[in-house]
Order: sequence, then C-alpha cells, then structure tokens
Amino acid sequence: MAFKLMRAAIAVAALTVATGASAQECIAPANPGGGWDFTCRQVGKTMQDLGLIDSTMQVVNLAGGGGGVAFAEVVNKRNDDDNLIVAASSATATRLAQGAYPGNSMDQVRWIGSIGADYGVIAVAADSDIQTLPELLDKIKADPNSVSVAGGSAVGGWDHLKVLIAADAYGIDDVRKVKYIAFDGGGEAVTQLLAGSVQAFTGDLSEAKGFVDSGDIRVIAVLAPERLDGEFSEFPTAKEQGVDAIGANWRGFYAPGGMSDEAYQAWVDKVGQLYASDEWKQVMAANGLAPLNLQGAEFESFVQNSVQQIQDISRQIGIIK
Amino acid sequence: MDTLMSLADGFHTALTFENLLLALLGTFLGTMMGALPGLGPSNGVAILIPLAFTLGLGATPSLILLTSVYYGAMYGGRISSILLNIPGDEPAMMTCLDGYPMAKKGLAGEALSLSGIASFVGAFIATWGLILLAPQLVKFALLFGPAEYFALFALAFATLGGVSSTNQAKSAFAAMLGLGLSVIGVDTQTGVPRLTFGEVHLYDGLDFLVAIVGLFALSEVFIFLEHRHGSATGAGHKVSVGRITPPWKMVKETTPTMLRSSLLGFVAGVLPGAGASLGSFISYSMEKKLVDRKNTFGTGDPRGVAAPEAGNNAAAGGALVPMLALGVPGSGTTAVLLAVLLSLNITPGPLLFQNNPDVVWGLIAALFIANFMLLAMNIPMVGIFTRVLMIPPRILMPIVAMVSFVGIYGISGSSFDLLVMIGFGVMGWLLRKLDVPLVPIILGTLLGNTMENNLRRAVTISNGDYWTLVGSPLAIGLWTVAIVGFILPLFLSRFVKARMHERGDDEGAISD
Repeated sequence: MAFKLMRAAIAVAALTVATGASAQECIAPANPGGGWDFTCRQVGKTMQDLGLIDSTMQVVNLAGGGGGVAFAEVVNKRNDDDNLIVAASSATATRLAQGAYPGNSMDQVRWIGSIGADYGVIAVAADSDIQTLPELLDKIKADPNSVSVAGGSAVGGWDHLKVLIAADAYGIDDVRKVKYIAFDGGGEAVTQLLAGSVQAFTGDLSEAKGFVDSGDIRVIAVLAPERLDGEFSEFPTAKEQGVDAIGANWRGFYAPGGMSDEAYQAWVDKVGQLYASDEWKQVMAANGLAPLNLQGAEFESFVQNSVQQIQDISRQIGIIK
Repeated sequence: MDTLMSLADGFHTALTFENLLLALLGTFLGTMMGALPGLGPSNGVAILIPLAFTLGLGATPSLILLTSVYYGAMYGGRISSILLNIPGDEPAMMTCLDGYPMAKKGLAGEALSLSGIASFVGAFIATWGLILLAPQLVKFALLFGPAEYFALFALAFATLGGVSSTNQAKSAFAAMLGLGLSVIGVDTQTGVPRLTFGEVHLYDGLDFLVAIVGLFALSEVFIFLEHRHGSATGAGHKVSVGRITPPWKMVKETTPTMLRSSLLGFVAGVLPGAGASLGSFISYSMEKKLVDRKNTFGTGDPRGVAAPEAGNNAAAGGALVPMLALGVPGSGTTAVLLAVLLSLNITPGPLLFQNNPDVVWGLIAALFIANFMLLAMNIPMVGIFTRVLMIPPRILMPIVAMVSFVGIYGISGSSFDLLVMIGFGVMGWLLRKLDVPLVPIILGTLLGNTMENNLRRAVTISNGDYWTLVGSPLAIGLWTVAIVGFILPLFLSRFVKARMHERGDDEGAISD
C-alpha cells in the first residue's frame, strides 16, 4: 500500500516537473495569505478565466528577507526564465531604495506593470478635535512631541514615509522631528489610536475602511491625486487641502532581467489586457484596490521615480547614508 | 444573547465532517502523547504543527486539530501518573500523589475513570469561562497601551518558570536566551539588520516554528539516542486496570472538589505565563487544606486525584483566554499555539474577535466537541492508552524525527531552516542536560520582538521618559503580580521539585 502510494506520488511529481517546464509561474515572495500571495493567485486565476494563459498559473511561495530571498533567487538562478513573473509592491521599491536586499538593485530585473494601488490615508480617532490635514500638520509643526503618529510598518517603511511625504509637502523643514510609532500591522496601530496612546494613524485605505465603517476613526486625508470613486468619494484628498502629497501602495510584477524582449512584451500585453477587463475591475472593487494603470516602460520609470523619492526621504531622516 | 448566537455559528463551523475528524484525530493523538512520559502538551503540539501545515489545512481546521491535541494531552498525562507513578507531563505531576497509591490499592480503574470525569468537568467549566471572559477581556484590552503590554509580557516571563523550575535563575537565563534570539533579523522599529551576518535568510529573524520543533521534538530524539541502550520506557510494566467506572458514591463525594478546583485552575490558567502546572498545584494544595481532615491525602484519596486533574484541565482552557483576547499566551503550549496562529496570518488580540469570528467561535465549539470525545475516549477506551505506554521508543522516536524534518521542509521549502532546526535540537538537548527549562526560550523568541517594540513605543510616546512604564494603575498592578510571581516559587519550588525528582524525571523538560 505504502509502496503504491509512493509510486503515485513520484508519478505526480514527475508530471508536475514535466508540465512545469512550460507552465507560467508566479513567485510570491512571502507565505500564503499576504498581499503578494494575493497578487499572484488573483492575477493567475483571472488570467486563466480570461484565456490569457492556457494552463493554471503555478504560484510558488518563496518567503524570506522581506522579498529579498526571492529577488536574489531570480537574479542569481532564474535570470533568463521567460515564463516567470514575481509579485511586487511599494514595499519592494522601499527595500530596494534602502538597500535592504543586499547586493541587489532595481535595474537587475525588468518591471512589467501594475494591477492597482491602495492609496495611503491619514486618520484620527472619531472623537478627535482635529478636523483637517493642515490642522494636524500645524500641530506637528508647532510641537512635534505632542503628536504621535502610528502606522503598521517599520520606521522607514511605507506607512512612515507616507506621513513624511505629507509633512515634507506642507513645508515642515526637519521631517525627522515627526514622531512615528511603528506597530505590527495597521490593525494594531488603529487599536492604539482608539486607546488614546497615539493621536494619528497612517496606513492604507483598505486597512482603514473597516474602522471607518464602524465609526471608530475619521479619515482626514487620502493621499491620492483626485477623489476616489464610490463610497470612498467622501474622503478629502490631501491635494485639495493644499498639501501636494501622493502615496500609493501599488501592486504589480517584475520579471527576470534576462527575459527575452518578445516574452517581456507578451507579459506586458497580458497584464494590460487583464487590467482592462471587467473581471479585473470587479476584483479591484471587491478588494479595495484603486486604479493605477501602468505597463512596460511607463511602469519602469514610475518605479524608478518612486525608488528615487524614497531614497531622498530616507537620506533626510538618516535611515541610509 | 450575542454570545450564544456566535457560539451557534461556531458549532456550524465546527460540525463539518473534516473538522470532526480532525478533532477526533487530535484528541486521540493528544491523549497518547500526554500518556507517554517525556512527551507533554507543548511537545505534542509542536510535533503535530508540521502535520497540520503539510495537510494544507486552513486556519480553523489547524487550530481545531492542535487545540484538541492540547486538551487531549491534558487528559492523557494522568494515565502514566496513576499506573506507573511517572507523570506523563508536568501538569499531571500532582496526580501521582494520590493516583498511584489508589492504583496500588487495586483501584487503578476507579482512579483512571474518576480522573477522566474530573478532567471533563475542569475542561467543560473552563470552556464556558473562555466564552464568558474572553470577549469581556477584549473590551478591557483598550486599556492596554504599550507600557501596559510591556508590563504584561514581563509578567508572563516572571511567572513562567513557575512552580516546577529548579531555580528561578535558570528560567530567567532561558528567558534571556530566548529574548536574545529574538533580536536576530531586521529591527522592525528602524529597519536596521541585527546579528544577520549578511545572511538574507536571517533578515526575517528565526522562524519560531522551526525553533519550537527543534527544541521540543528533535531534542527528544537526541535524548533517546543517548539512552538507546536502556530499555523502552513502558516495557516490563504489566498493568491491570480493573473496573473502569467509578462508584457513584465516589463521584458524588468528589463533586465539590471538582467544582472548586476547576474554578481555581481556570483563574491560574488565565494569568499569563503560569499555565496548567500551577493550576493543578494550587488546586491540590487548596483541597488538601480544605477537606483533608483525616490526613488521607497522599494515601490514595479520590479527592486528591480529582483536584489536580480538574485543576490542570481548567487551566488549559483558561490559558487560551489571554492568548485569544490579548495575544499574550497563558502557558507554554498556548505560546506554541500563538506561533501557529501567527504563521497562519492571524493576529490574536483584540481584533481577532472582530476580524476572524469564525476562527474564534469555531475553535470554542470544537473545544466542546473535543471534550465530549475525550470523555468517551478516556473512560471506556482507557485500556487502549494504557497499552500505548508499551510502545518502545525505538519505533516512536524515528517517527518523531521524520515528522519534524518532512514537516519543516514542507512549511518553508528551505534547507537553511532544516539546519536551524538541527541547531535548535542540539541546543535543546544540551539545555535539558543542564536542567534549563525550554518554554521560556520559546516564549522569549516568540514575544521578544513585541516586548521590545512595546517598550520602545512607550518610551517614544512619552518622549524618553521611562517612568511611563509604571504610569497607570494597571501597569503598577501587573508589575506587582510579576514580582510576586517571580519570588513566590523560590519558596514553593522546594516542595514540588522534590516530588518530581522522587519520580525519577531527570530530563525535566516535560513542561507546559
């Protein structure tokens, strides 16, 4: 019995390897369940539903080093693989900008396209006396010690950078003075906002949404270029309050640096077609993703700019030299 | 009313064929592991983590499997205490005191079935306690700012050494070692890598599941290798059980004892860090003071069997309260369960009840179901488990080793993690030789980061003023309990430890 099972297992394994050679593969650089995993699986499923790929997208979870293990693997071992894409997001750009993938840089891979973005928000507790973003920033300007801002990422991480981008745009000279408290995830940060330990919250719209619906917190600014659609349209943007700050946690893909031009173009087209489809619009609506439609060279320069911006701020606050 | 509705939803989640099967499997394996001297609830759960992940189970099924193992081990521990006078795990230590004398009097069957009923009562009351208390504690959780959380973690560490440690210095050392290991990786407050030596695998820190399986499961295998010329643990013990139902009179006589011990055990379990050993210890001591008028405790008094068993099972349920509501484990085994939850991308704490009600209530419903299964399994079928005591380790240990390796590789697919696991296995083996408890290490590795972050958050918010750590009545209260919890065992441990050594348990890692 055991022998039979073993034979069956070997047969299955052999089959997987045989078909795996030509199948499309998506590496999620984290464990199942997170944002990168979602990106791979949701895109893989929708692409198959749309007939853009002929077999199931094989999703491989390669966790470690905040995406660094996967990045190194692609650069070192899979550099000319035409059938491989890797999920990426603002976190990838942040780590690349801050040199947190030792020995790797963004030009070692090719950037394919984005599939949407989660815009940053700045919020306060529902019973707070702060009503607008300039009010909050004035308070910080007058006495930085009086306002603690909580977010779900590390110091120098994306949630931190968003509030610094806003502070910078408002003309606060020394952004290092902004007191940021790092929590393990947005949920914990909101809990402490409600407990009154901190005065403001910086995070993504999707993580704040639940607490807005329950009436616990008030969004004072969305860091989007213009007001969002649907139920999100009631939130004012930072821009309309005179603070020219945009912070989008984008989601997208990169591919091995040695990928052939034809294969690269084919992937760019597929992601473009996916983005344009109605099916994907439904996925975006269901998951709180806002529009961000960039492919190919456009996307590459977008990532380039975002890496540059993060590097500048990180240098200002002394995270990198 | 809301609670009952949620509980009904929970039963809806739990009563699927798959989940019932997992609960049955968990309770069976748990009882078996509890019964085997050497394997306690934390080892039991640790060994089965890889299984849960390899089967690709979702969050709720994995938790149902693993908490069934936890409850099962609490039941199983008593079997070898009563029959062989060797505690199957630490919380069952106190059961030896009256259980073995009962068995010697020819009342082994009565002792087993009575302790089975006591376990059931303890677990049943504790599960209700969990239902009533956990959602309340969630509301209370908003009082916990960073400073209070820091004090709560300190409390968990201070009391963890608990009643059984040889000396508090060794527990403190183990906790420090764990805290030290937890700083490996990128510092989440500043993004600076610490102690990573440029190794990208270490940037995320050590995976605590790898550490747990290495420390608990692999070290067990190493201990066996060392003793392999010795005879198998259970071999040569021919045990006869006799009748397997307790006389009605005995049940009636011990009912007040069971109820009192359950309540006390539950409270002991809720306190972070203390866990089931403390539950059974104080239940036994209190009953002895309250009802032992003829000095029959220690000579085979049924109440002396009922008290610790009700106490330790109730404490197991109680320990789940702070884990689910605050994300701070109440015992070693719940620390392991916390690690599992985190790996499943579920953050325990105040938001768990809001974000994943299906997980919480499904789990609670599964606990009820598992408890009934355990009652059925432990009274009529107790004979099967007495036979488990005779499985030679030379068969058991290779299975443990295989499950560990395949499981960890299955989770991460990284050979680096396997090396880390072996490293932890060797470390666990060495530390057990030195009688250093392992649970504080796990707790340190698991909670070190959060504890450090809360300290730094508290101090940043107060602009560098360290007095904020004792700035609220709640924080002061927690610190007081922590200090008392650390000092008290210095006086109590002499008594308990003497008992343990009497039972010939040298390796001393069978801890909860």
